[in-house]
Amino acid sequence: MTSLRTGGGIVVPLGRSGRHRVRRLAGRISIYLLLIIGSVVTLLPFAWLIRSSLMGPAQIFSFPIEWIPDPVRWDNYPEALTAVPFDRYFLNTMRIEVLVILGTLITSTMSAFAFARLRWRGRNLVFGILLSGLMLPYAATLIPTFILWQKLGGLGTIAPLVVPAWFGGGIFNIFLLRQFFMTIPRDLDEAAYLDGATPFGVLVKIILPLSKPALIVVTIFTFISVWNDFLGPLIYLGNESQYTLAIGLRSFSSAYTAQWDQLMAASTAVVLPIVVLFFLAQRYFVEGITLTGIKG
Amino acid sequence: MRTQGITTPRARSGMERMEQRWGLLLGLPAMLGFIIFTIGPMVASGWISLTDWNIYGDASFVGLDNYREMLTEDPLFFKSLWVTLYYTFASVPLLLLVAFAAALLLNADVRGKAIFRTIFYLPVLVPLIANTILWTWLFNPDFGLFNTSLEQLGLPTSMWLYDERTVIPSLILMAVWGFGNATVIFLAGLQGVPAHLYEAVEVDGGGLLDKLRHVTIPMMTPTIFFNLVLGMIGSFQAFAEAYAMTNGGPNNASLFYVFYLYRTAFTESRMGYASALSWVLFLVILLFTVLIFRSARSWVYYEGNNAS
Repeated sequence: MTSLRTGGGIVVPLGRSGRHRVRRLAGRISIYLLLIIGSVVTLLPFAWLIRSSLMGPAQIFSFPIEWIPDPVRWDNYPEALTAVPFDRYFLNTMRIEVLVILGTLITSTMSAFAFARLRWRGRNLVFGILLSGLMLPYAATLIPTFILWQKLGGLGTIAPLVVPAWFGGGIFNIFLLRQFFMTIPRDLDEAAYLDGATPFGVLVKIILPLSKPALIVVTIFTFISVWNDFLGPLIYLGNESQYTLAIGLRSFSSAYTAQWDQLMAASTAVVLPIVVLFFLAQRYFVEGITLTGIKG
Repeated sequence: MRTQGITTPRARSGMERMEQRWGLLLGLPAMLGFIIFTIGPMVASGWISLTDWNIYGDASFVGLDNYREMLTEDPLFFKSLWVTLYYTFASVPLLLLVAFAAALLLNADVRGKAIFRTIFYLPVLVPLIANTILWTWLFNPDFGLFNTSLEQLGLPTSMWLYDERTVIPSLILMAVWGFGNATVIFLAGLQGVPAHLYEAVEVDGGGLLDKLRHVTIPMMTPTIFFNLVLGMIGSFQAFAEAYAMTNGGPNNASLFYVFYLYRTAFTESRMGYASALSWVLFLVILLFTVLIFRSARSWVYYEGNNAS
């Protein structure tokens, strides 16, 4: 157990004396001050992004900095988004998202359960080996995997981006879910086994309902990682009609160098859907973070 | 028999058999995936690294030549390794420190916590490529936010991405902006710390620092460990920054290892040499991971995992 020794065991009366209250207030104020400064610094690049996306080419280069677009140039958005077919890139990306998330949720919970809750010979060895795969740079397997997909005729299809998700859903997710599962008391499993449940039943009826928040976290993380993935689509998707948003945005940015108004508009448009989705899902995300509700 | 049997030796062995079977079954997709997409390619990569292979031609066996070339004739190998180590070991601890501090502040029962947390998380949502475009513009020496602001304040400006000495610190700054992901994970961990432990410190007359030292940090070590390992591995594989922002320059000062590897494989089409590069990267990452895991025994505290 954690050591809780403090000198002498003197009990300090809390919140009674005036001096204590003043110190407490000062503490609160400095916490808020730090949070506000941190927020402003974090938001500054976003302000710069949006401000630039709404400016004409003259105002964007102004010195001293102008923050308010005048006039507001909304046209940057339709111009940037029709310069290349971003609507198609969006649909392409969503198709990959759905297939990857499904595969990840199904297979990563199974594996995480096997590693967190079941005792079987070789478990720790296998898990250790899988973890070494987590240490494995994406790039270490990139070349032979590329050659494998070339031999299988998978180049220029989304198979190389989707199929691996159906085989364990990524060691990252297994690791994360395993950490979550390990915090759930074993008594629950034992009781279910006494009632004749199978491990699969325990996973589906006990562990998964208690882990709903963790599953949503995994979903969101997976969604973001697919959305962000750049190297994969760059290597595997040959033709422009298959481009994901990431690759489409990249090809747009190399064609429109230094047209910062257009580039910022396109970037904002690519950022926006995922931000909106995050706000919609945030309630669940917050639930997901209070993951060990059962312990109290 | 079963319902009361868990303590009798016979039922126990039945239980063990069942767990053995189901463990293998449920773990199967992950194990197969590992064989097909990890071990198989790794072995293949080992073989390819012993050849001289242009993807369109035939592979010819050259033994350890690629490794010899790497260690004796390729300054770019050492350069890219150094650049990547520098970037990783500066950005990861810095990011974790910022993330942990932010999580502690957010966990202090503040009003508007959800808003602050959302703000800190926002940068994580920015797709990597959008991020590289945005930061290239922020770093723009003539019209970017940083130099324009510094100039307005009468402070010295920087060349940011366009100077060998500042390119990596610039990319570290950009990486640390994404601290919100670790903050969210830390916050999840912080909320899992049982309140009674804090109450125990209070009863003993301990203050904030005692709570931090004796409760928060020990209870958070698994989460810190998790973030440290993943942060390091992710950082070792930085690619898009070099690909989309600096092209590895100036003067190879941001030649990230994976970018160098990518260029060797897909631009120069030297699959053999690139495979050798990837094996060495694997070994380097393995070395650092083993070091962290070894050290974990002395500082990571797991609750309820005493049995295994």
